[in-house]
Amino acid sequence: MAKNIYGILAEFDTATQLVDAARKVRDAGYRKTDAFSPFPLHEIDEALGIKRSILPYLIFAGGITGLLAGFGLQYFVHVIDWPIIVGGRPHLSLPAFVPPAYELTILFSAFVAVFGMLFLNGLPSPYHPVFNVPRFALATREKFFLVVEAADEKFDHEETRKFMETLGAQEVFDVPE
Amino acid sequence: MQVDKELQQKLRPAMVEGEHTFASVTDKISDVTLKKRTPFHWFIGFGISFLVAQLLLFSVVWLLANGIGVWGNNQPVGWAFDIINFVWWIGIGHAGTLISAILLLLNQKWRTSINRFAEAMTLFAVACAAMFPLLHTGRPWLAAYWLFPYPNTMGIWPQFRSPLIWDVFAVSTYATVSLLFWYVGLIPDFATLRDRAKNKYYRFVYAILAWGWRGSARHWHRYEITYLILAGLSTPLVLSVHSIVSFDFAVSQIPGWHATIFPPYFVAGAIFAGFAMVLILCIPLRHWYRMQDFITHTHLVYMGKVMLATGLIVCYGYAMEAFFGWYSVAEYEVFMVKNRIWEGPYWWSYWLLILCNGLSIQLLWFKRFRESEFWLFTISVVVSVGMWLERFVIIVTSLHRDFLPSSWAMYSPQIWDWTMFIGTIGFFFTLIYLFVRFVPIISIFEVRTLLPDAHVHGHQQDFDESVLEVEYTYDRTDPPNS
Repeated sequence: MAKNIYGILAEFDTATQLVDAARKVRDAGYRKTDAFSPFPLHEIDEALGIKRSILPYLIFAGGITGLLAGFGLQYFVHVIDWPIIVGGRPHLSLPAFVPPAYELTILFSAFVAVFGMLFLNGLPSPYHPVFNVPRFALATREKFFLVVEAADEKFDHEETRKFMETLGAQEVFDVPE
Repeated sequence: MQVDKELQQKLRPAMVEGEHTFASVTDKISDVTLKKRTPFHWFIGFGISFLVAQLLLFSVVWLLANGIGVWGNNQPVGWAFDIINFVWWIGIGHAGTLISAILLLLNQKWRTSINRFAEAMTLFAVACAAMFPLLHTGRPWLAAYWLFPYPNTMGIWPQFRSPLIWDVFAVSTYATVSLLFWYVGLIPDFATLRDRAKNKYYRFVYAILAWGWRGSARHWHRYEITYLILAGLSTPLVLSVHSIVSFDFAVSQIPGWHATIFPPYFVAGAIFAGFAMVLILCIPLRHWYRMQDFITHTHLVYMGKVMLATGLIVCYGYAMEAFFGWYSVAEYEVFMVKNRIWEGPYWWSYWLLILCNGLSIQLLWFKRFRESEFWLFTISVVVSVGMWLERFVIIVTSLHRDFLPSSWAMYSPQIWDWTMFIGTIGFFFTLIYLFVRFVPIISIFEVRTLLPDAHVHGHQQDFDESVLEVEYTYDRTDPPNS
């Protein structure tokens, strides 16, 4: 059984315990770690050393794409493909082209924000090894979990488990692959 | 130093009342969907709404079979119930986005327990709104080529200089972004339902909807970025949508429509109408599902205050409209103002509007009315009627007296105008009832963050509390040298 494990999971009762434990795990030199909580915890990012995501830059790029697409579309339609004078306005009526381009900027940004977040998070992922621990169902209710992955360089089943047991966890589980 | 509990309650009232833990919050909200037997009143309410929604189906079929001649629209009142109802519905939707996005950016914690169903209200209201202009085209499936820019066999493109096309872009973007925002907020809650569902079909459906969410710290990190940026995007979006809706009028040259005050005046009116609808929905909801701990009395009072503030902006708009007409010294503008307010045949609708939107809200200045659920509910209903009348006044009184007296006409709605409008109300409530039954009505994960246990102790002091503490000690310290 010890062969095929994904990692070792510790369960905590409070957010403070989780953050303290995450700090200790990181200080002990583990890097392939993750924490699970029923709501976002800002302190955990720093405790686990999570770097700021590139997502905002992607969203910005999405917004610029939307803006250019909006203006490009209107330019193509009213200047290149079918120029026609309406209301005495020039073919390139920039002020009138603002609202559609503006809306497309927001639309594209929003799509990148949502689908970029899901993509970077690796979702949808209907299966994940941590789901094998029955108690893990409480991660979406009230409990806090910390996992050290077997893929970590410092990981040693016996030793890591012993170390995890010193963190004040409610319970420590082996997570089968 | 100890922060005085009473003072803290006064400055920052608790947004969750009663003794709650993460588990009790989760159970209380998710049990409505998963465990409790569907209450009898749900079947009654759903049944009535669903029956009324059939009126919509019937009216649409009748309309498509006979053409829009079945409506009361005529020349010069070519825009009537369809645009009145469109603007009314889309305005109602705006409060949902205001609550979910603008109040999030302003760090107003009280939004947390009402944002979920306010956003649902937005989506359903936009669905009702979008039906009207589409059906006004008579044959919506033929209208696609001048609404959306796609290469078609006729080689025809939409006219991008027209506010009506801006409207298509604004409303479809608004519907899409609102749906994304709502769904992103739901993902962690669907995961909670997945983990708590006993019934395997429920578990399966919620598992699909949750996309395998597991609450990982890395996921939450990106999730929060997305949520905040979506709020940042929705804020200019919601303001632009109703501004563009107002451009449908303001960009034209009809007296009574051609006014620069329209965009802010429409946006304020939208939020005003929307908060009225949020109150209409949440006052019964919190009783039926015993959610008083989460949708507290404080929430209702706050919403009452927002309604008063936006209502006063709207009243300023009414005053300015009349002032602009007079100040323009343009013959047609002056005539329109007089005709709208006292000389014309629709004077009663103007004064009814002032009564509903201008006078009724003045009661909210007084604590007695603001703190009473009965009065808040009643005023909200009156305001909803008033906001509908506002669009009636703007559209019908501006159009029925054209520039040439030879083209003057009266407008009166026909039976099919009414059935379709009432039908959309049924449709709206049908969707609301389904939502209440199958989706957590309050954002569970966000309510968890409101609990005191959600704070991590000993690392970083909570900014809000430290500020409060400093102010308080400053106030109470004895003067030096005494």
